[in-house]
Amino acid sequence: MTGQAQDIAGGMAAYNFAYLDEQTKRMIRRAILKGIAIPGYQVPFASREMPMPYGWGTGGVQVTASIIGRDDTLKVIDQGADDTTNAVSIRAFFQKVADVAVTTRTREASVIQTRHRIPEEPLTASQVLVYQVPIPEPLRFLEPRETETRKMHALEEYGLMHVKLYEDIARHGHIATTYAYPVLVDDRYVMDPSPTPKFDNPKMDMCEALQLFGAGREKRIYAIPPYTRVVSLDFEDHPFEVQRFEEPCALCAARDVYLDEVILDDKGGRMFVCSDTDHCEERRAAGHRGHLAAEEAYATTEAAQ
Amino acid sequence: MSGPREDDQPLLSVRGLGKRYGDRVGCRDVSFDVWPGEVLAIVGESGSGKTTLLNCISTRLEPTTGAVRYRLRDGQERDLYEMSEAERRLLMRTDWGFVHQNPADGLRMSVSAGANVGERLMAVGQRHYGNIRGTAANWLERVEIAEDRIDDRPRDFSGGMRQRLQIARNLVTGPRLVFMDEPTGGLDVSVQARLLDLVRGLVADLGLAAIVVTHDLAVARLLSHRMIVMKDGAVIEAGLTDRVLDDPQAPYTQLLVSSILQV
Repeated sequence: MTGQAQDIAGGMAAYNFAYLDEQTKRMIRRAILKGIAIPGYQVPFASREMPMPYGWGTGGVQVTASIIGRDDTLKVIDQGADDTTNAVSIRAFFQKVADVAVTTRTREASVIQTRHRIPEEPLTASQVLVYQVPIPEPLRFLEPRETETRKMHALEEYGLMHVKLYEDIARHGHIATTYAYPVLVDDRYVMDPSPTPKFDNPKMDMCEALQLFGAGREKRIYAIPPYTRVVSLDFEDHPFEVQRFEEPCALCAARDVYLDEVILDDKGGRMFVCSDTDHCEERRAAGHRGHLAAEEAYATTEAAQ
Repeated sequence: MSGPREDDQPLLSVRGLGKRYGDRVGCRDVSFDVWPGEVLAIVGESGSGKTTLLNCISTRLEPTTGAVRYRLRDGQERDLYEMSEAERRLLMRTDWGFVHQNPADGLRMSVSAGANVGERLMAVGQRHYGNIRGTAANWLERVEIAEDRIDDRPRDFSGGMRQRLQIARNLVTGPRLVFMDEPTGGLDVSVQARLLDLVRGLVADLGLAAIVVTHDLAVARLLSHRMIVMKDGAVIEAGLTDRVLDDPQAPYTQLLVSSILQV
Protein backbone atom coordinates (compact mmCIF):
# COMPACT_ATOMS: atom_id res chain seq x y z
CA MET A 1 0.00 0.00 0.00
CA THR A 2 2.64 2.49 0.94
CA GLY A 3 5.04 3.79 -1.63
CA GLN A 4 8.71 4.10 -1.06
CA ALA A 5 9.36 6.66 1.62
CA GLN A 6 12.09 9.12 1.00
CA ASP A 7 14.26 10.44 3.77
CA ILE A 8 14.56 14.15 3.94
CA ALA A 9 16.74 16.26 6.19
CA GLY A 10 18.61 13.34 7.66
CA GLY A 11 15.65 11.21 8.60
CA MET A 12 13.86 13.92 10.58
CA ALA A 13 10.80 13.75 8.39
CA ALA A 14 9.96 11.11 5.84
CA TYR A 15 7.88 12.06 2.82
CA ASN A 16 6.34 9.69 0.37
CA PHE A 17 7.48 10.13 -3.23
CA ALA A 18 5.99 13.40 -4.53
CA TYR A 19 4.76 14.48 -1.07
CA LEU A 20 1.23 12.98 -1.17
CA ASP A 21 0.58 9.53 0.30
CA GLU A 22 -0.41 6.77 -2.10
CA GLN A 23 -4.06 6.66 -0.99
CA THR A 24 -4.46 10.35 -1.75
CA LYS A 25 -2.84 9.91 -5.13
CA ARG A 26 -5.23 7.07 -5.95
CA MET A 27 -8.17 9.28 -5.00
CA ILE A 28 -6.89 12.12 -7.17
CA ARG A 29 -6.13 9.79 -10.08
CA ARG A 30 -9.69 8.47 -9.91
CA ALA A 31 -10.96 12.05 -10.15
CA ILE A 32 -8.60 12.69 -13.09
CA LEU A 33 -9.80 9.55 -14.90
CA LYS A 34 -13.40 10.58 -14.39
CA GLY A 35 -12.56 14.06 -15.66
CA ILE A 36 -10.96 12.59 -18.80
CA ALA A 37 -13.99 10.37 -19.35
CA ILE A 38 -16.33 13.40 -19.18
CA PRO A 39 -14.41 16.22 -20.90
CA GLY A 40 -15.01 19.61 -19.25
CA TYR A 41 -17.01 18.22 -16.31
CA GLN A 42 -15.88 19.44 -12.89
CA VAL A 43 -15.17 16.40 -10.71
CA PRO A 44 -15.24 17.08 -6.95
CA PHE A 45 -12.25 15.65 -5.07
CA ALA A 46 -11.01 15.68 -1.49
CA SER A 47 -8.42 18.40 -1.89
CA ARG A 48 -5.60 18.14 0.68
CA GLU A 49 -3.88 20.85 2.57
CA MET A 50 -0.56 21.55 0.87
CA PRO A 51 2.53 23.24 2.27
CA MET A 52 1.68 26.46 0.45
CA PRO A 53 -1.25 28.88 0.63
CA TYR A 54 -4.40 28.59 -1.47
CA GLY A 55 -4.00 30.65 -4.60
CA TRP A 56 -0.42 29.48 -5.10
CA GLY A 57 -1.44 26.50 -7.16
CA THR A 58 -2.40 23.88 -4.58
CA GLY A 59 -4.79 22.24 -7.06
CA GLY A 60 -2.19 22.05 -9.81
CA VAL A 61 0.44 20.76 -7.38
CA GLN A 62 -1.84 17.94 -6.22
CA VAL A 63 -2.58 16.91 -9.80
CA THR A 64 1.11 17.02 -10.72
CA ALA A 65 2.06 15.06 -7.59
CA SER A 66 -0.46 12.35 -8.52
CA ILE A 67 0.71 11.87 -12.10
CA ILE A 68 4.45 12.48 -11.88
CA GLY A 69 6.83 9.51 -12.05
CA ARG A 70 10.56 9.16 -11.35
CA ASP A 71 11.50 9.40 -15.03
CA ASP A 72 9.39 12.49 -15.75
CA THR A 73 10.84 15.89 -16.53
CA LEU A 74 8.95 18.80 -15.01
CA LYS A 75 8.56 22.35 -16.26
CA VAL A 76 6.68 24.98 -14.25
CA ILE A 77 5.33 28.17 -15.80
CA ASP A 78 4.08 31.25 -13.99
CA GLN A 79 2.68 33.99 -16.28
CA GLY A 80 4.67 32.41 -19.11
CA ALA A 81 7.97 32.69 -17.25
CA ASP A 82 10.09 29.96 -15.68
CA ASP A 83 11.90 32.28 -13.29
CA THR A 84 9.13 33.95 -11.27
CA THR A 85 8.42 33.16 -7.63
CA ASN A 86 5.58 30.73 -8.11
CA ALA A 87 7.39 28.75 -10.81
CA VAL A 88 10.67 28.64 -8.92
CA SER A 89 9.09 27.47 -5.66
CA ILE A 90 6.92 24.77 -7.21
CA ARG A 91 9.86 23.51 -9.25
CA ALA A 92 12.02 23.42 -6.12
CA PHE A 93 9.22 21.67 -4.24
CA PHE A 94 9.11 18.77 -6.69
CA GLN A 95 12.88 18.57 -6.89
CA LYS A 96 12.88 18.14 -3.14
CA VAL A 97 9.95 15.76 -2.62
CA ALA A 98 10.19 13.73 -5.84
CA ASP A 99 13.76 14.25 -6.96
CA VAL A 100 12.62 14.53 -10.57
CA ALA A 101 14.47 16.16 -13.42
CA VAL A 102 13.37 19.71 -14.10
CA THR A 103 13.74 21.88 -17.16
CA THR A 104 12.71 25.23 -18.55
CA ARG A 105 12.56 23.86 -22.09
CA THR A 106 9.02 23.18 -23.26
CA ARG A 107 10.20 20.49 -25.67
CA GLU A 108 12.09 18.53 -23.01
CA ALA A 109 9.30 18.47 -20.42
CA SER A 110 6.91 15.57 -20.01
CA VAL A 111 4.78 17.27 -17.34
CA ILE A 112 4.21 21.03 -17.50
CA GLN A 113 2.43 22.77 -14.66
CA THR A 114 1.20 26.21 -15.63
CA ARG A 115 -0.39 29.32 -14.28
CA HIS A 116 -1.80 31.76 -16.86
CA ARG A 117 -0.17 30.55 -20.07
CA ILE A 118 0.01 27.72 -22.58
CA PRO A 119 3.50 27.49 -24.13
CA GLU A 120 3.88 29.02 -27.61
CA GLU A 121 5.48 25.84 -28.88
CA PRO A 122 2.82 23.26 -29.84
CA LEU A 123 2.55 20.45 -27.28
CA THR A 124 2.88 16.81 -28.21
CA ALA A 125 1.09 13.59 -27.34
CA SER A 126 3.83 12.65 -24.87
CA GLN A 127 3.21 15.74 -22.70
CA VAL A 128 0.69 16.59 -20.00
CA LEU A 129 -0.27 20.19 -19.25
CA VAL A 130 -1.49 20.83 -15.68
CA TYR A 131 -3.33 24.10 -15.03
CA GLN A 132 -3.66 25.85 -11.68
CA VAL A 133 -7.27 27.04 -11.42
CA PRO A 134 -8.54 29.63 -8.93
CA ILE A 135 -12.28 29.55 -9.77
CA PRO A 136 -13.38 26.54 -11.82
CA GLU A 137 -17.03 27.55 -12.23
CA PRO A 138 -17.55 29.69 -15.36
CA LEU A 139 -21.11 30.60 -14.32
CA ARG A 140 -20.12 31.71 -10.83
CA PHE A 141 -20.21 35.48 -11.25
CA LEU A 142 -23.71 35.42 -12.69
CA GLU A 143 -25.16 32.65 -10.54
CA PRO A 144 -23.80 32.46 -7.00
CA ARG A 145 -25.72 29.31 -5.98
CA GLU A 146 -23.68 26.11 -6.40
CA THR A 147 -26.86 23.97 -6.44
CA GLU A 148 -28.14 26.05 -9.35
CA THR A 149 -24.90 26.05 -11.38
CA ARG A 150 -24.65 22.27 -11.06
CA LYS A 151 -28.19 21.94 -12.32
CA MET A 152 -27.41 24.28 -15.20
CA HIS A 153 -24.44 22.13 -16.22
CA ALA A 154 -26.50 18.96 -15.87
CA LEU A 155 -29.29 20.31 -18.06
CA GLU A 156 -26.98 22.16 -20.48
CA GLU A 157 -28.60 25.51 -19.70
CA TYR A 158 -25.86 27.83 -20.83
CA GLY A 159 -27.83 30.88 -21.94
CA LEU A 160 -26.44 32.77 -18.96
CA MET A 161 -22.91 32.55 -20.31
CA HIS A 162 -23.99 34.53 -23.34
CA VAL A 163 -25.65 37.11 -21.07
CA LYS A 164 -22.15 37.88 -19.83
CA LEU A 165 -20.81 38.27 -23.37
CA TYR A 166 -23.87 40.38 -24.28
CA GLU A 167 -23.07 42.71 -21.39
CA ASP A 168 -19.52 43.04 -22.65
CA ILE A 169 -20.64 44.12 -26.10
CA ALA A 170 -23.34 46.44 -24.71
CA ARG A 171 -20.80 48.21 -22.51
CA HIS A 172 -17.62 48.14 -24.56
CA GLY A 173 -18.77 47.60 -28.13
CA HIS A 174 -16.89 44.30 -28.35
CA ILE A 175 -16.37 41.20 -26.20
CA ALA A 176 -14.06 42.68 -23.61
CA THR A 177 -13.38 39.44 -21.71
CA THR A 178 -9.68 38.86 -22.29
CA TYR A 179 -8.85 36.04 -19.89
CA ALA A 180 -10.74 33.08 -18.41
CA TYR A 181 -12.74 33.23 -21.63
CA PRO A 182 -15.46 30.53 -21.50
CA VAL A 183 -15.19 27.56 -23.86
CA LEU A 184 -17.50 24.73 -24.85
CA VAL A 185 -15.72 21.39 -24.52
CA ASP A 186 -16.65 18.48 -26.79
CA ASP A 187 -20.03 20.11 -27.57
CA ARG A 188 -21.25 19.51 -24.05
CA TYR A 189 -19.77 21.29 -21.02
CA VAL A 190 -19.01 24.98 -20.74
CA MET A 191 -15.66 25.30 -19.00
CA ASP A 192 -13.47 28.01 -17.52
CA PRO A 193 -10.00 27.61 -19.05
CA SER A 194 -8.46 29.15 -15.88
CA PRO A 195 -7.11 32.72 -16.15
CA THR A 196 -5.14 32.13 -19.34
CA PRO A 197 -5.40 34.97 -21.87
CA LYS A 198 -7.98 34.23 -24.56
CA PHE A 199 -5.00 34.34 -26.91
CA ASP A 200 -4.29 30.79 -25.73
CA ASN A 201 -7.84 29.45 -26.21
CA PRO A 202 -7.26 28.24 -29.80
CA LYS A 203 -4.29 26.19 -28.56
CA MET A 204 -6.65 24.09 -26.42
CA ASP A 205 -8.66 22.97 -29.44
CA MET A 206 -7.59 19.57 -30.77
CA CYS A 207 -4.45 19.76 -28.62
CA GLU A 208 -2.27 16.66 -28.82
CA ALA A 209 -1.38 16.80 -25.14
CA LEU A 210 -3.61 15.83 -22.23
CA GLN A 211 -4.78 18.93 -20.34
CA LEU A 212 -5.64 18.62 -16.63
CA PHE A 213 -7.08 21.35 -14.42
CA GLY A 214 -6.81 21.40 -10.63
CA ALA A 215 -8.59 23.82 -8.28
CA GLY A 216 -7.36 23.21 -4.72
CA ARG A 217 -9.50 25.60 -2.72
CA GLU A 218 -12.63 24.85 -4.74
CA LYS A 219 -11.87 21.10 -4.69
CA ARG A 220 -12.49 20.44 -8.37
CA ILE A 221 -10.57 18.61 -11.09
CA TYR A 222 -11.45 18.69 -14.77
CA ALA A 223 -9.77 17.63 -17.99
CA ILE A 224 -9.56 17.94 -21.74
CA PRO A 225 -8.42 14.67 -23.33
CA PRO A 226 -6.13 14.88 -26.39
CA TYR A 227 -7.80 15.77 -29.69
CA THR A 228 -10.95 17.24 -28.14
CA ARG A 229 -12.96 20.04 -29.71
CA VAL A 230 -12.74 23.22 -27.62
CA VAL A 231 -14.78 26.13 -28.95
CA SER A 232 -14.71 29.66 -27.52
CA LEU A 233 -18.23 31.04 -27.06
CA ASP A 234 -19.25 34.02 -29.18
CA PHE A 235 -22.07 35.65 -31.14
CA GLU A 236 -22.65 35.19 -34.86
CA ASP A 237 -22.14 38.92 -35.48
CA HIS A 238 -19.36 39.26 -32.89
CA PRO A 239 -17.11 36.26 -33.50
CA PHE A 240 -14.36 35.19 -31.11
CA GLU A 241 -11.07 36.98 -31.71
CA VAL A 242 -7.70 36.80 -29.98
CA GLN A 243 -5.61 39.77 -28.95
CA ARG A 244 -3.35 41.24 -31.63
CA PHE A 245 -0.08 43.02 -30.99
CA GLU A 246 1.09 45.78 -33.27
CA GLU A 247 4.79 45.35 -32.70
CA PRO A 248 6.90 42.19 -32.46
CA CYS A 249 8.80 41.05 -29.36
CA ALA A 250 11.51 43.62 -28.57
CA LEU A 251 14.05 40.89 -27.85
CA CYS A 252 13.41 38.11 -30.36
CA ALA A 253 11.23 39.86 -32.98
CA ALA A 254 8.57 37.14 -32.76
CA ARG A 255 5.12 37.95 -34.10
CA ASP A 256 1.90 36.04 -33.40
CA VAL A 257 2.94 35.35 -29.81
CA TYR A 258 1.57 36.73 -26.56
CA LEU A 259 3.52 39.77 -25.37
CA ASP A 260 3.97 41.34 -21.94
CA GLU A 261 4.30 45.09 -21.60
CA VAL A 262 7.33 46.13 -19.56
CA ILE A 263 7.61 49.70 -18.29
CA LEU A 264 11.20 50.92 -18.71
CA ASP A 265 11.18 54.34 -17.03
CA ASP A 266 8.80 57.00 -15.75
CA LYS A 267 8.87 58.95 -19.03
CA GLY A 268 6.57 56.62 -20.93
CA GLY A 269 9.28 54.23 -22.12
CA ARG A 270 8.01 50.69 -22.58
CA MET A 271 8.83 47.50 -24.39
CA PHE A 272 6.83 44.46 -25.42
CA VAL A 273 8.48 41.11 -24.85
CA CYS A 274 7.44 37.48 -25.19
CA SER A 275 5.49 36.29 -22.18
CA ASP A 276 6.83 32.77 -22.84
CA THR A 277 10.46 33.20 -21.73
CA ASP A 278 11.58 29.80 -22.99
CA HIS A 279 10.22 30.50 -26.46
CA CYS A 280 11.98 33.89 -26.48
CA GLU A 281 15.31 32.44 -25.36
CA GLU A 282 15.20 29.72 -27.97
CA ARG A 283 14.50 32.21 -30.70
CA ARG A 284 17.37 34.43 -29.59
CA ALA A 285 19.67 31.42 -29.45
CA ALA A 286 18.63 30.72 -33.04
CA GLY A 287 19.78 34.20 -34.01
CA HIS A 288 16.53 36.19 -34.01
CA ARG A 289 17.03 39.74 -32.76
CA GLY A 290 14.44 42.34 -31.77
CA HIS A 291 15.14 46.07 -31.80
CA LEU A 292 16.06 46.16 -28.08
CA ALA A 293 17.99 42.89 -28.00
CA ALA A 294 21.39 44.42 -28.75
CA GLU A 295 20.94 47.10 -26.11
CA GLU A 296 19.99 44.46 -23.61
CA ALA A 297 23.11 42.43 -24.35
CA TYR A 298 25.15 45.59 -23.98
CA ALA A 299 23.42 46.39 -20.67
CA THR A 300 24.17 42.95 -19.24
CA THR A 301 27.84 43.05 -20.22
CA GLU A 302 28.05 46.50 -18.71
CA ALA A 303 26.45 45.28 -15.51
CA ALA A 304 28.85 42.33 -15.44
CA GLN A 305 31.79 44.70 -15.60
CA MET B 1 -57.67 14.66 -27.02
CA SER B 2 -60.47 14.78 -29.62
CA GLY B 3 -61.68 18.38 -29.31
CA PRO B 4 -62.52 19.99 -32.63
CA ARG B 5 -60.82 23.26 -31.66
CA GLU B 6 -57.85 23.87 -29.43
CA ASP B 7 -59.70 26.54 -27.46
CA ASP B 8 -62.29 24.00 -26.39
CA GLN B 9 -59.82 22.38 -24.06
CA PRO B 10 -58.32 23.92 -20.96
CA LEU B 11 -54.69 24.99 -21.06
CA LEU B 12 -54.13 24.12 -17.43
CA SER B 13 -56.20 21.83 -15.21
CA VAL B 14 -55.76 21.69 -11.47
CA ARG B 15 -57.40 18.79 -9.66
CA GLY B 16 -57.61 18.21 -5.90
CA LEU B 17 -54.44 20.15 -5.24
CA GLY B 18 -53.24 20.36 -1.63
CA LYS B 19 -50.09 21.42 0.14
CA ARG B 20 -49.31 20.75 3.77
CA TYR B 21 -46.45 22.23 5.70
CA GLY B 22 -46.17 19.57 8.38
CA ASP B 23 -49.37 19.90 10.40
CA ARG B 24 -50.27 23.20 8.81
CA VAL B 25 -52.35 23.47 5.68
CA GLY B 26 -51.09 25.70 2.87
CA CYS B 27 -53.98 24.97 0.59
CA ARG B 28 -56.37 22.03 0.19
CA ASP B 29 -58.54 20.41 -2.43
CA VAL B 30 -58.25 23.13 -5.05
CA SER B 31 -59.59 22.37 -8.52
CA PHE B 32 -60.00 24.70 -11.49
CA ASP B 33 -59.27 25.07 -15.20
CA VAL B 34 -57.70 27.87 -17.17
CA TRP B 35 -58.53 28.22 -20.87
CA PRO B 36 -56.27 29.78 -23.49
CA GLY B 37 -56.43 33.59 -23.49
CA GLU B 38 -58.20 33.73 -20.15
CA VAL B 39 -57.16 35.72 -17.11
CA LEU B 40 -57.94 34.12 -13.79
CA ALA B 41 -57.57 36.01 -10.53
CA ILE B 42 -56.92 34.29 -7.21
CA VAL B 43 -58.00 36.60 -4.39
CA GLY B 44 -58.10 36.33 -0.64
CA GLU B 45 -56.56 37.87 2.44
CA SER B 46 -52.93 37.31 3.27
CA GLY B 47 -52.32 33.84 4.69
CA SER B 48 -55.21 32.36 2.72
CA GLY B 49 -52.93 30.15 0.62
CA LYS B 50 -52.88 32.17 -2.63
CA THR B 51 -49.14 32.20 -3.07
CA THR B 52 -48.78 28.56 -2.00
CA LEU B 53 -51.32 27.65 -4.64
CA LEU B 54 -49.54 29.73 -7.30
CA ASN B 55 -46.19 28.16 -6.46
CA CYS B 56 -47.68 24.67 -6.60
CA ILE B 57 -49.20 25.12 -10.04
CA SER B 58 -46.11 26.81 -11.45
CA THR B 59 -43.85 23.90 -10.33
CA ARG B 60 -41.95 26.09 -7.92
CA LEU B 61 -43.21 24.08 -4.96
CA GLU B 62 -44.17 20.41 -5.00
CA PRO B 63 -47.79 19.84 -3.86
CA THR B 64 -48.62 17.15 -1.29
CA THR B 65 -51.69 15.90 -3.13
CA GLY B 66 -53.46 16.43 -6.43
CA ALA B 67 -52.43 16.89 -10.03
CA VAL B 68 -51.67 19.76 -12.39
CA ARG B 69 -52.00 19.06 -16.09
CA TYR B 70 -50.82 21.40 -18.85
CA ARG B 71 -51.48 21.25 -22.58
CA LEU B 72 -48.23 21.74 -24.51
CA ARG B 73 -47.94 23.54 -27.85
CA ASP B 74 -48.19 20.24 -29.70
CA GLY B 75 -51.62 19.63 -28.12
CA GLN B 76 -50.35 16.96 -25.77
CA GLU B 77 -51.59 17.16 -22.19
CA ARG B 78 -48.98 16.36 -19.54
CA ASP B 79 -48.92 16.07 -15.77
CA LEU B 80 -46.37 18.67 -14.69
CA TYR B 81 -45.04 16.57 -11.87
CA GLU B 82 -44.48 13.57 -14.13
CA MET B 83 -42.34 15.58 -16.55
CA SER B 84 -38.57 15.51 -16.18
CA GLU B 85 -36.94 18.47 -14.53
CA ALA B 86 -35.29 19.43 -17.82
CA GLU B 87 -38.69 19.54 -19.55
CA ARG B 88 -40.20 21.56 -16.71
CA ARG B 89 -37.41 24.11 -16.77
CA LEU B 90 -37.63 24.42 -20.54
CA LEU B 91 -41.37 25.00 -20.19
CA MET B 92 -40.78 27.66 -17.54
CA ARG B 93 -38.45 29.69 -19.72
CA THR B 94 -40.27 29.35 -23.03
CA ASP B 95 -44.00 28.72 -22.67
CA TRP B 96 -44.48 30.31 -19.25
CA GLY B 97 -43.71 33.54 -17.51
CA PHE B 98 -43.54 34.31 -13.82
CA VAL B 99 -43.87 37.89 -12.62
CA HIS B 100 -42.74 38.27 -9.03
CA GLN B 101 -44.14 40.77 -6.60
CA ASN B 102 -40.63 42.05 -5.94
CA PRO B 103 -38.94 42.73 -9.30
CA ALA B 104 -35.53 42.04 -7.74
CA ASP B 105 -36.57 38.36 -7.46
CA GLY B 106 -37.32 38.09 -11.15
CA LEU B 107 -34.60 40.29 -12.64
CA ARG B 108 -30.83 40.10 -12.75
CA MET B 109 -30.15 43.37 -11.00
CA SER B 110 -26.50 43.58 -12.02
CA VAL B 111 -26.87 43.19 -15.79
CA SER B 112 -28.36 45.71 -18.20
CA ALA B 113 -32.05 45.95 -19.13
CA GLY B 114 -31.25 44.69 -22.62
CA ALA B 115 -29.50 41.59 -21.29
CA ASN B 116 -32.39 40.98 -18.88
CA VAL B 117 -34.84 40.91 -21.75
CA GLY B 118 -32.43 39.00 -24.01
CA GLU B 119 -31.59 36.26 -21.50
CA ARG B 120 -34.49 34.01 -22.45
CA LEU B 121 -33.68 34.42 -26.14
CA MET B 122 -30.09 33.37 -25.50
CA ALA B 123 -31.35 30.50 -23.33
CA VAL B 124 -33.32 29.10 -26.26
CA GLY B 125 -30.29 29.33 -28.53
CA GLN B 126 -30.28 32.75 -30.23
CA ARG B 127 -26.70 33.74 -30.95
CA HIS B 128 -26.99 36.91 -33.01
CA TYR B 129 -26.22 39.96 -30.88
CA GLY B 130 -27.87 42.45 -33.25
CA ASN B 131 -31.13 40.51 -33.38
CA ILE B 132 -31.24 39.93 -29.63
CA ARG B 133 -30.66 43.63 -29.00
CA GLY B 134 -33.26 44.61 -31.58
CA THR B 135 -35.88 42.37 -29.99
CA ALA B 136 -34.99 43.70 -26.53
CA ALA B 137 -35.32 47.33 -27.72
CA ASN B 138 -38.66 46.51 -29.26
CA TRP B 139 -39.92 44.98 -26.02
CA LEU B 140 -38.69 47.87 -23.90
CA GLU B 141 -40.70 50.17 -26.12
CA ARG B 142 -43.79 48.01 -25.69
CA VAL B 143 -43.53 48.29 -21.92
CA GLU B 144 -42.90 52.04 -22.15
CA ILE B 145 -39.24 52.09 -21.18
CA ALA B 146 -37.23 54.61 -23.22
CA GLU B 147 -34.86 52.93 -25.65
CA ASP B 148 -31.86 54.86 -24.36
CA ARG B 149 -32.22 53.02 -21.04
CA ILE B 150 -31.37 49.68 -22.69
CA ASP B 151 -27.84 49.59 -21.29
CA ASP B 152 -28.79 50.76 -17.79
CA ARG B 153 -29.07 48.29 -14.97
CA PRO B 154 -32.40 47.65 -13.25
CA ARG B 155 -30.97 48.92 -9.98
CA ASP B 156 -31.04 52.40 -11.54
CA PHE B 157 -34.74 52.00 -12.42
CA SER B 158 -37.80 53.09 -10.42
CA GLY B 159 -40.09 50.44 -8.93
CA GLY B 160 -42.63 50.81 -11.73
CA MET B 161 -39.99 50.56 -14.44
CA ARG B 162 -38.49 47.45 -12.84
CA GLN B 163 -41.89 45.80 -12.81
CA ARG B 164 -42.44 46.68 -16.48
CA LEU B 165 -38.97 45.37 -17.31
CA GLN B 166 -39.79 42.13 -15.53
CA ILE B 167 -42.92 41.78 -17.63
CA ALA B 168 -40.96 42.39 -20.86
CA ARG B 169 -38.36 39.83 -19.81
CA ASN B 170 -41.10 37.24 -19.34
CA LEU B 171 -43.04 37.94 -22.51
CA VAL B 172 -40.12 38.03 -24.95
CA THR B 173 -40.35 34.31 -25.83
CA GLY B 174 -44.10 34.58 -26.50
CA PRO B 175 -45.33 32.48 -23.57
CA ARG B 176 -48.88 31.15 -23.50
CA LEU B 177 -49.33 31.30 -19.74
CA VAL B 178 -48.09 33.90 -17.30
CA PHE B 179 -48.21 33.66 -13.52
CA MET B 180 -48.28 36.91 -11.61
CA ASP B 181 -47.84 37.22 -7.88
CA GLU B 182 -49.20 40.59 -6.71
CA PRO B 183 -47.83 42.38 -9.79
CA THR B 184 -48.86 45.80 -8.49
CA GLY B 185 -47.83 45.29 -4.86
CA GLY B 186 -45.58 48.02 -3.54
CA LEU B 187 -46.31 50.49 -6.35
CA ASP B 188 -48.10 53.80 -5.80
CA VAL B 189 -51.61 54.11 -7.20
CA SER B 190 -50.90 56.13 -10.35
CA VAL B 191 -48.08 53.74 -11.31
CA GLN B 192 -50.38 50.81 -10.49
CA ALA B 193 -53.02 52.18 -12.84
CA ARG B 194 -50.52 52.56 -15.71
CA LEU B 195 -49.13 49.08 -15.12
CA LEU B 196 -52.59 47.51 -15.06
CA ASP B 197 -53.45 49.30 -18.27
CA LEU B 198 -50.27 47.98 -19.85
CA VAL B 199 -50.80 44.41 -18.67
CA ARG B 200 -54.41 44.46 -19.83
CA GLY B 201 -53.32 45.65 -23.28
CA LEU B 202 -50.55 43.07 -23.59
CA VAL B 203 -52.74 40.19 -22.44
CA ALA B 204 -55.40 41.14 -24.98
CA ASP B 205 -52.89 41.69 -27.83
CA LEU B 206 -50.96 38.49 -27.27
CA GLY B 207 -53.90 36.28 -26.33
CA LEU B 208 -52.11 35.24 -23.16
CA ALA B 209 -53.61 33.18 -20.42
CA ALA B 210 -52.69 34.54 -17.01
CA ILE B 211 -53.14 33.54 -13.40
CA VAL B 212 -52.93 36.60 -11.18
CA VAL B 213 -52.67 36.37 -7.42
CA THR B 214 -53.78 39.53 -5.70
CA HIS B 215 -55.34 40.79 -2.50
CA ASP B 216 -56.53 43.88 -4.35
CA LEU B 217 -60.05 43.39 -5.71
CA ALA B 218 -59.63 46.37 -8.04
CA VAL B 219 -56.76 44.55 -9.78
CA ALA B 220 -58.96 41.48 -10.12
CA ARG B 221 -61.82 43.51 -11.54
CA LEU B 222 -59.66 45.30 -14.10
CA LEU B 223 -57.62 42.33 -15.30
CA SER B 224 -59.48 39.10 -14.87
CA HIS B 225 -62.31 37.32 -16.60
CA ARG B 226 -62.89 34.84 -13.82
CA MET B 227 -61.82 34.71 -10.22
CA ILE B 228 -61.59 32.33 -7.33
CA VAL B 229 -61.79 33.43 -3.71
CA MET B 230 -59.69 31.64 -1.10
CA LYS B 231 -59.87 31.49 2.65
CA ASP B 232 -57.89 29.29 5.03
CA GLY B 233 -56.37 27.38 2.13
CA ALA B 234 -59.63 26.44 0.45
CA VAL B 235 -61.63 27.87 -2.45
CA ILE B 236 -64.86 29.29 -1.09
CA GLU B 237 -66.24 30.89 -4.21
CA ALA B 238 -65.49 30.88 -7.93
CA GLY B 239 -67.11 32.46 -10.95
CA LEU B 240 -67.05 35.27 -13.48
CA THR B 241 -65.34 38.32 -12.02
CA ASP B 242 -68.30 40.68 -12.32
CA ARG B 243 -70.66 38.07 -10.90
CA VAL B 244 -68.47 37.42 -7.88
CA LEU B 245 -67.81 41.08 -7.17
CA ASP B 246 -71.33 42.38 -7.84
CA ASP B 247 -73.23 39.48 -6.35
CA PRO B 248 -71.02 37.71 -3.84
CA GLN B 249 -72.60 34.53 -2.46
CA ALA B 250 -70.28 33.33 0.29
CA PRO B 251 -70.35 35.35 3.53
CA TYR B 252 -66.59 35.84 3.43
CA THR B 253 -66.68 37.18 -0.14
CA GLN B 254 -69.46 39.56 0.90
CA LEU B 255 -67.23 40.78 3.74
CA LEU B 256 -64.28 41.14 1.39
CA VAL B 257 -66.25 43.12 -1.20
CA SER B 258 -67.83 45.37 1.42
CA SER B 259 -64.41 46.10 2.94
CA ILE B 260 -63.31 48.13 -0.08
CA LEU B 261 -63.12 51.81 0.71
CA GLN B 262 -65.37 53.84 -1.54
CA VAL B 263 -63.72 57.15 -2.31
